[in-house]
Amino acid sequence: MSNVFIAFQANEESYPIVEAILADNPKAQAVHSPGLVKIDAPDSLTIRRETIEGQTGRPFDLQQLHINLVTLSGHIDEDDDQFTLSWKH
Amino acid sequence: MSVAALKDYDFPAKDVRENFPAPLLYIGWEDHLLFCAPFCLPLPPDMPFGALPTAVLPGVYGWHPDFAKIDWAQVQWFKSGRPWQPDPAKSLADNGLTHKDVIRFRTPGLNGIQGSFS
Amino acid sequence: MDTRVLKKKLGLKERYAAMTRGLGWQTTYQPMDKVFPYDTYEGIKIHDWDKWEDPFRLTMDAYWKYQGEKERKLYAVIDAFAQNNGQLGVTDARYVNALKLFIQGVTPLEYYAHRGFAHTGRAFRGEGARVACQMQSIDELRHYQTETHAISHYNKYFNGMHHSNHWFDRVWYLSVPKSFFEDAVSAGPFEFLTSVSFSFEYVLTNLLFVPFMSGAAHNGDMSTVTFGFSAQSDESRHMTLGIECIKFMLEQDPGNVPIVQRWIDKWFWRGYRLLTLVAMMQDYMLPKRVMSWKEAWEMYAESNGGALFKDLARYGIREPLGWKDACEGKDHISHQAWNTFYNYNAAAPFHTWVPSDEEMAWLSEKYPESFDKYHRPRLEHFREQQQAGNRFYNKTLPMLCTTCQIPMLFTEPGDPTKICYRESDWRGNKYHFCSDHCKGIFDFEPEKFVQSWLPVHQIYQGHCFKSDVDPTKEGFDPLLAVLDYYEMNVGRDNFDFEGSEDQKNFAAWRGETKQGDRT
Repeated sequence: MSNVFIAFQANEESYPIVEAILADNPKAQAVHSPGLVKIDAPDSLTIRRETIEGQTGRPFDLQQLHINLVTLSGHIDEDDDQFTLSWKH
Repeated sequence: MSVAALKDYDFPAKDVRENFPAPLLYIGWEDHLLFCAPFCLPLPPDMPFGALPTAVLPGVYGWHPDFAKIDWAQVQWFKSGRPWQPDPAKSLADNGLTHKDVIRFRTPGLNGIQGSFS
Repeated sequence: MDTRVLKKKLGLKERYAAMTRGLGWQTTYQPMDKVFPYDTYEGIKIHDWDKWEDPFRLTMDAYWKYQGEKERKLYAVIDAFAQNNGQLGVTDARYVNALKLFIQGVTPLEYYAHRGFAHTGRAFRGEGARVACQMQSIDELRHYQTETHAISHYNKYFNGMHHSNHWFDRVWYLSVPKSFFEDAVSAGPFEFLTSVSFSFEYVLTNLLFVPFMSGAAHNGDMSTVTFGFSAQSDESRHMTLGIECIKFMLEQDPGNVPIVQRWIDKWFWRGYRLLTLVAMMQDYMLPKRVMSWKEAWEMYAESNGGALFKDLARYGIREPLGWKDACEGKDHISHQAWNTFYNYNAAAPFHTWVPSDEEMAWLSEKYPESFDKYHRPRLEHFREQQQAGNRFYNKTLPMLCTTCQIPMLFTEPGDPTKICYRESDWRGNKYHFCSDHCKGIFDFEPEKFVQSWLPVHQIYQGHCFKSDVDPTKEGFDPLLAVLDYYEMNVGRDNFDFEGSEDQKNFAAWRGETKQGDRT
């Protein structure tokens, strides 16, 4: 079992993304350091557009996460509704 | 030719002897890493080897407190890392030194600042 | 084309496919090999380009939109930094020398990467690979510009940054990054990807970025920190390109494995040698220190790298040949490199200094086996001599390694008291190297490396003087003539930090008086 992770700049824009990830991925854990929030999860992690929109109350394009993305680890699968990181093997 | 290429890959070497005013000699003082690296010097091939410690090396190594203490008769010389006995009366060329040769010298008992190999 | 209409009909994956793969075709009026003449000559065999998995599905419209937003945010911070005189908030003016090293030695590489990816972005017949390379080419140009803009504010107040493009092509230590990238850019497209996308942007990237960016954060340089964050999302795309290209090559044909392994060996080592400058910056140039080079190496190379090469073992890839020697070097290279720039500070457009007692105590703690034994005595001697008015400036040109072009400052693996000398004979000439691995790189492609433009040799060949210089004239000083060719401001850009204009200015701006100054 390997961890996937994704890290964002810690700011107002990324806050609802982080909240959405933690809501949808029960095993995910967030670690805060100066200017950065990193989320680790075993095996896989999914970011859902709908959950983020529920947080912000307005439309969200998943590709907006590029603006505050710092780094990530894992194979990427993305479409308009979800962005998933996982290890296939 | 091991360089993968679409055409002939054959270009002149930049550092052949003809491109320099004199053959290059590389020289290093073992156990004296205060000087960060060995040196590169173009030296006339007919210069007597004995002129190295008297005329050339003071300007290169003189700042180090060990330099003034060197007993040149006790110095061990190496060429390409192997023990070597140069004849100070003969020229660099007659001592077998050619372009881009590398020599080192070791000064037994002198091991740098407080013996730290610097 | 109305983008909104597209969004109703096609999902992200279909949209991406239509605007990238869907735009490629098999040429009929000219053979494919003629349209793509560069992607087979290296011996890498690709049987099915459709197996390339696009790491991110960014179409050009999304790319422009989000890059544009990042730019707006970044430049707002750069403007605010300038308006608020952010340069006064750095811990100590010595810190700015890390930025000088950055603008001189790292920023030009972004421009080379831009050119390299533009070429590679034309070379592959697979559309997915071309799109990823083209976006990276624009990213790298963006990094060149944003770094220049972020650091240009400091250029108004400090020396050593004003002429970095000119220095890059001439100054002795800058031939190290320059030759690294020219080696990559003059190789074929698959080697270029292995060199830059994999070895640099995936394996070694954290060792470049984290020291500079966390160093900036700890030393009050918000402008650089913001640039760093802004570039990071670009970097995550670059990393995914790096890991995808390596897996793609290894999966396409077993014959690719030994070629890729050789490139991994070469470029891990060349990248490691390039990072010598970063090691020195991290241990010596940050007044407020973050972690030691040794710690950074253990975290980002040994742990992360170890896991990576375990993962690649299933393809028949082993860890790079130079891995063990690189790990052995973690105790030494920062000290050896700082000593080199201290030696040659007359010829380098940034300042060096002897660390303070506090800083040496930190170094003792971080390097318990080596610092007090091998490095402290020399540094204390330097300081004592400087205080007596006898600051050491080495005026004799050093021996350089033919491959990495660094002065031969590295020691034998396992014995930090002995310089490591290696040599090869090729077509009647001798060549010298700092290590087994630089020698091995030369021995495999001697025809390439005999063309190395080694600064010391070029100076002796008379190629580093201005055209109006007469070496036979009375009182000719070759070293000053070289510094003139470099177009360095002698007495302002170079020499020790103590007594420098940077030091005096910074103290005056902060309303501090330096000990011994007349008021």
